[in-house]
Amino acid sequence: MHSFSYRANAVVTFAVTILAVMCGMASLSDNFNSPSPTADVKVLNINWFQKQPNGNDEVSLTLNISADLSSLFTWNTKQVFVFVAAEYGTPQNALNQVSLWDGIIQSKEHAKFWIHTTNKYRFTDQGNNLRGKDFNLTLHWHIMPKTGKMFADKIVMTGYSLPEEYR
Amino acid sequence: MDRLETTCFRLGLSSGTTSLARDTTHLGFARVSSLRSAQMDWQGQKGAEIVMQIMLVVFAIAGLGIGYTIGSFPTMMLTYAGGVVLTALITVPNWPFFNRRPLKWLDPSEAERHPKPQVNVAAASKKKAPKHK
Repeated sequence: MHSFSYRANAVVTFAVTILAVMCGMASLSDNFNSPSPTADVKVLNINWFQKQPNGNDEVSLTLNISADLSSLFTWNTKQVFVFVAAEYGTPQNALNQVSLWDGIIQSKEHAKFWIHTTNKYRFTDQGNNLRGKDFNLTLHWHIMPKTGKMFADKIVMTGYSLPEEYR
Repeated sequence: MDRLETTCFRLGLSSGTTSLARDTTHLGFARVSSLRSAQMDWQGQKGAEIVMQIMLVVFAIAGLGIGYTIGSFPTMMLTYAGGVVLTALITVPNWPFFNRRPLKWLDPSEAERHPKPQVNVAAASKKKAPKHK
């Protein structure tokens, strides 16, 4: 600590090290949060259900997605990434997960929402296995922190199925 | 005198900063120019280090506590940043209160009266018993 620049360096280095520790503790504090999110997805309409020229089935749905994710937000939350995926099995693939819609929630105030929309991304199969297929719709979320660990979880909703015939 | 001073005395060292050390002790207050040119005395350096460590940790804990309690991450960051700036202002410049206990360096005229001991010829010293100085 014998000169101005030595002390300046010492202050800056120690301050940044302590900053790293503070960010670690802020991330640890997220573990004290016990979230209780709710979600519900309704398939309002099957708009069309076709076999594409390349041989793959494709379906277009209108969905009503409503959720209350406000309990996921903590002081260390930057945003929550949420998406809805259709999950089903085929003889070819044990598990298919097709993302139908996603969104970013940037504040707690916007975390209780409902949206009435067609699927944002195409619901296409690898093959033509969708006729009469039973599937789950899962709402996944990723809680993206300001610093530290990202938590991810989901709610599985079962009981959806596609028509037996193309329309 | 503490150990450092006695060691310097025995080695016959005098410091080139003698005149600067005198400047800051004989005056009741230090000139602003001495903030950059003089160095802190040893006790002051130790004090500056301790003050820096304690202040930074205290502001970190305060920032964490306030930020977590009111649920605002920017509050924590701003509190801590303010604390870092305050700590730098207090501990980095060479304030006069860090220079209250300067070392008394050996006066050059005194040093001449105590010449450095001569180093013995290498061959002769090898045969001497280790007990001899």
